[in-house]
Amino acid sequence: MGKVVLKLGDDISTDIIYPGRYMATVLPTETPQYAFADYADFNAKVKQKEFPAQSVILAGKNFGCGSSREQAASCLKGPDFVIVARDFARIFLQNSINLGLRTVICPGIDASEGDELEVTADTVINKTSGRAFATVALPKARQAIVDAGGLIPYTRKRLGEKHGSAA
Amino acid sequence: MAMTMVEKILAKATGQSSVKAGDVLEPKVDLAMSHENAALVLNQFKEIYAGTGHEATVWDPSKIAIIFDHRVPAESSKTATNQKKVRDFVAKQGIAKFHDIRGDQGGICHQILPENGYVRPGCVVVGTDSHTTSHGALGAFSFGIGATEMASVWTLGTVLNVEVPGSIKVVVHGELSQYVLPKDLILYLIGRISAEGANFKVIEFHGPVIRSMSTSGRLVLCNMSVEAGATGGVVPPDGETVRYLREEAGVKDALDIFGPDEDAVYDQVVEIDASSLEPQIACPHTVDNVKPIGEVAGLKIDQVVIGSCTNGRLDDIAVVAEMLSGKKVASGTRMLVFPASSRIYLEALEKGYVAEIMKAGAVMMNSGCGPCLGVHQGALADGDVALTTTNRNFKGRMGNPNSGVYLCSPAVAAASAVTGVITDPRKGAK
Ligand code: SF4
Repeated sequence: MGKVVLKLGDDISTDIIYPGRYMATVLPTETPQYAFADYADFNAKVKQKEFPAQSVILAGKNFGCGSSREQAASCLKGPDFVIVARDFARIFLQNSINLGLRTVICPGIDASEGDELEVTADTVINKTSGRAFATVALPKARQAIVDAGGLIPYTRKRLGEKHGSAA
Repeated sequence: MAMTMVEKILAKATGQSSVKAGDVLEPKVDLAMSHENAALVLNQFKEIYAGTGHEATVWDPSKIAIIFDHRVPAESSKTATNQKKVRDFVAKQGIAKFHDIRGDQGGICHQILPENGYVRPGCVVVGTDSHTTSHGALGAFSFGIGATEMASVWTLGTVLNVEVPGSIKVVVHGELSQYVLPKDLILYLIGRISAEGANFKVIEFHGPVIRSMSTSGRLVLCNMSVEAGATGGVVPPDGETVRYLREEAGVKDALDIFGPDEDAVYDQVVEIDASSLEPQIACPHTVDNVKPIGEVAGLKIDQVVIGSCTNGRLDDIAVVAEMLSGKKVASGTRMLVFPASSRIYLEALEKGYVAEIMKAGAVMMNSGCGPCLGVHQGALADGDVALTTTNRNFKGRMGNPNSGVYLCSPAVAAASAVTGVITDPRKGAK
């Protein structure tokens, strides 16, 4: 259960999520300070850690289009946001899965800032409006990475197999 | 079973006789490219090995390429320190395909790979850069991944859990008119199918216009395929591919030249008549906000940028030099030119293009990404309008969310630099 703390439109690019001028900062522990840096009010609240874990960022189509910069996913993973969007751009979605940032594909979602959302296995329930919206499941190949806790543990396991021992 | 280009490439990379869209595979990687963000890859790579008792060693140093281009020379001590870490790693692991900040062999990754013959038809190429789609111009399946995924590739030499993408066949008929360039064609296509029209798919380019296009032009098309959301763009290799690799990239070994099967299955077919195409402009703040030039001609511009992995090649600079020859950049307009690689810069010097461009009042800058991603060099003021041959016009892309970025071909950019307003290059053309 989380509150919608930011509502965005379609085609939100990685330049908006994490502006290029902060790309020299790479460590996932340091990137959240620049999340939505050009949205001064929102960014200030992220920095002050005002948002509880699992707060929702709501977006339209093609969220995360543009660059492959992983900072765009890690800066949202740090504060433990959930991203609910109509759909996502490919590389952003993959980066989120790899890092364990929770992304929910919900093509029909209708909610406002301040609404309380509950994400279940196959729906997003808007507790404020009382409406429910179906979600699109991740393909199995991606779900396997989520289930492993991200790509690092997933790869580490494979590395162990490669060396013929449990890593 | 009949296969598309990407299905054929992925079948080969997994040692199968046939694969189809939707299959989940673990293809072998022929080339894994990173730029400055190798610093993050390095961090994640060490993380994978942490506590395993094994020494962190890349699977095959000969298949890794690292090119410094995004912030060269370093704009900050932070970048310089990251570059240094990567430089040390490269030396330790024995990575030879490393292009440091140099005036003889540096440049933008998506130019360095083709011009050095690092990419061949049929290869699987991954890069920690979204415009890695570029290398499909040589008949490869080439796509962008994030840093953690690259760390996984450095470890295993394969990409895990790749779903074979479906393909969109784009057939371009007719002939491009004078001063209508490959950039106009790809902008038109993105405008037509939208910024997510090819999401999770590969765009396969066909037709007489593609067959008669140079590799440089094909790189423009595949480069910008990602702006329609595509996983990759690909041009089936042909005589021009062989010519480019032999004559311009110095490749001597055998090449695998193949096309898709005639009855391959496509998700969608898009037909374009190039003969009626006009110069196109992508207006702020999305790449699919594309208009024919007539609708935006006359708009005042503050800065013109020529360069990037899209349009910073020799033929682009040649068009600019020709159009600026004997003319002056309008007062009140700044013009910056960034050749995509040192090699291109040297060739432009030898051909006299650089002199023409400088005499007209444009500033020549070192090869690299420059102002394309708004980190350093050529930042925009509040309210500025930039007209640029780069590939993205997202809000804030050139470093200032209070400015507007318009994308165009080198011919439009050069004609407009002279007048100070967006100008159709076909007007007053020789
Ligand atoms: S020139 Fe621009 S688009 Fe191309 S690799 Fe550099 S930053 Fe990316």
